[in-house]
Amino acid sequence: MDLLYSIFIDPFVQMATAPDLLAQTLWEGLVGGMLYALIALGFVLIFKASGVFNFAQGIMVVFAALTLIGLHKLLVQNGVSNATAAAYLALLLTIGVMFVLAFAVERLVLRPLVNQPDIILFMATFGLTYFLIGFGELVFGGDPKIMITEDLRLPTGAITYKALGGLLSLQRLDIAAAVIAAIMVTTMAVFFSKTRIGRALRAVADSHKAALSVGISLEQIWVIVWFASGLVALVTGIMWGARSDVSFALEVIALKALPVLILGGFTSIPGAIVGGLIIGIGEKLAEFYWGPLIGGGTDSWFAYVLALVFLLFWPHGLFGEKIIERV
Amino acid sequence: MRPRSDADAAATDVLLSVEGVTLTFGGVTAINDVSFDIRKGEIRAIIGPNGAGKTSMLNVINGFYTPQRGRLTFKGEARTKMRPYEAARGGIARTFQNVALFKGMSALDNIMTGRSLKMRRGLFWQLLRHGPAMTEEIGHRRKVEEIIDFLEIAHIRRVQVGRLPYGLQKRVELGRALAMEPDLLLLDEPMAGMNLEEKEDMSRFIIDVNQEFGTTIALIEHDMGVVMDLSDRVVVLDYGRKIADGTPDRVKNNQAVIDAYLGVAH
Repeated sequence: MDLLYSIFIDPFVQMATAPDLLAQTLWEGLVGGMLYALIALGFVLIFKASGVFNFAQGIMVVFAALTLIGLHKLLVQNGVSNATAAAYLALLLTIGVMFVLAFAVERLVLRPLVNQPDIILFMATFGLTYFLIGFGELVFGGDPKIMITEDLRLPTGAITYKALGGLLSLQRLDIAAAVIAAIMVTTMAVFFSKTRIGRALRAVADSHKAALSVGISLEQIWVIVWFASGLVALVTGIMWGARSDVSFALEVIALKALPVLILGGFTSIPGAIVGGLIIGIGEKLAEFYWGPLIGGGTDSWFAYVLALVFLLFWPHGLFGEKIIERV
Repeated sequence: MRPRSDADAAATDVLLSVEGVTLTFGGVTAINDVSFDIRKGEIRAIIGPNGAGKTSMLNVINGFYTPQRGRLTFKGEARTKMRPYEAARGGIARTFQNVALFKGMSALDNIMTGRSLKMRRGLFWQLLRHGPAMTEEIGHRRKVEEIIDFLEIAHIRRVQVGRLPYGLQKRVELGRALAMEPDLLLLDEPMAGMNLEEKEDMSRFIIDVNQEFGTTIALIEHDMGVVMDLSDRVVVLDYGRKIADGTPDRVKNNQAVIDAYLGVAH
């Protein structure tokens, strides 16, 4: 009985008696979820346009962040005295680098593989991952770097105020991250649902052959989506980098996008957002209220178990396209 | 049969001419030195036993394959290498032997993709969903609805095409090609896997497209009855070579064609 009480009753009693802690936990979950959602968004864009899970999305986040830091350092060393100007110049240049990357991926990886089965493209993204790891270490070195948060003038510190009978502390950076993520997601969602490129995207994902036959240029669409997901990777890299440091270990956070995608559906931009938030908040709640019962460490597996449960009941995710195969 | 003879077609009427095209995959020669032409407004059939190179020929015309040798002249312009979407921009639409639709989309959306090349308004206006872009979208939608009516698929326009029976999928695919308002329509076995009634419907659509819209059609078909009834002229391929070319009647009685289909003692 004690066990049942501590699983099913006690956590809710705690929530009710200390609403300030609950609010703090929810907020942290929300911010974490936002970042998961950003990573997942990068995957969704490419999945929508090619039906392929882009294994390289995680490394693209690291690569973008490292490029930004590296370019900033280079600019400062070469006489750009104003660190903020250097930071924003480096940001522009990094956007340029992400475009070149998208272009190169299309030309060197995707174009030779048109009309090949999806699994071949998937394997190609593995190749791309290892190439970027090797190339990144060669250029930037393998040691962890510190994100240029201050030079980018991202807000730091925390806002603390009394509420709900306790102290709530919100990191300014987290608030900024939430706002930037929201703007970015809205722009993308509108771009891909209201323009003809959105329809072309879905067409390309369904059938290369048929898309080509109605005059859709695969090259153009692929460069657009890889560039878009490169931009998402850059924003994700800055936000994650600002909370910890930037190293190749960050690449594994990409795996957290998998449960998010399973929840939200691989093809849905809103799905990536909602999925990310559910995972983020669920993870924090589980860790804070149920974690102590089993000695903590829930955040390493909770997301996957939640995804597993979803797979049983909603195999297409909450917002995914239900594609019916005739047998 | 519609009245039309070889004589009334002047050389200027040629929409597409294929000259000495050879296509090889590694050591296999799929098409070997084939030449023929397609005239404006005609229904041209390409027939031949399995593996004769018919689909390869369509793939060459629509830019999926680039032939090693030979020349294609479309609308008076010679072209060497062309990407499929450039061919589509030039006015070549096609359907596929095994239907290639966007399975996750509705029939209506599938047909709308056929209009994607005709959309002129920039991203900015499309984002606003207002003004000229809206007028344009409505115009395209009207055209698409006409095609839907024409093909008698109004009742399934909102259905996801993956759910439709095969015969209807073929019709939606034809609709998507028609939405492009092509100069040349390539049909790869439009009646494969259909029952008699569906075949009759499809034949009627093909004739109507040809006569009402004046679209030039090149089709591959195995049903000889259909080919003989529909087409103005027939080109026969066998093992990648052209073995006959002419009106259905002439081709039907050609000894080489009969041998190719029935086999001959060597």
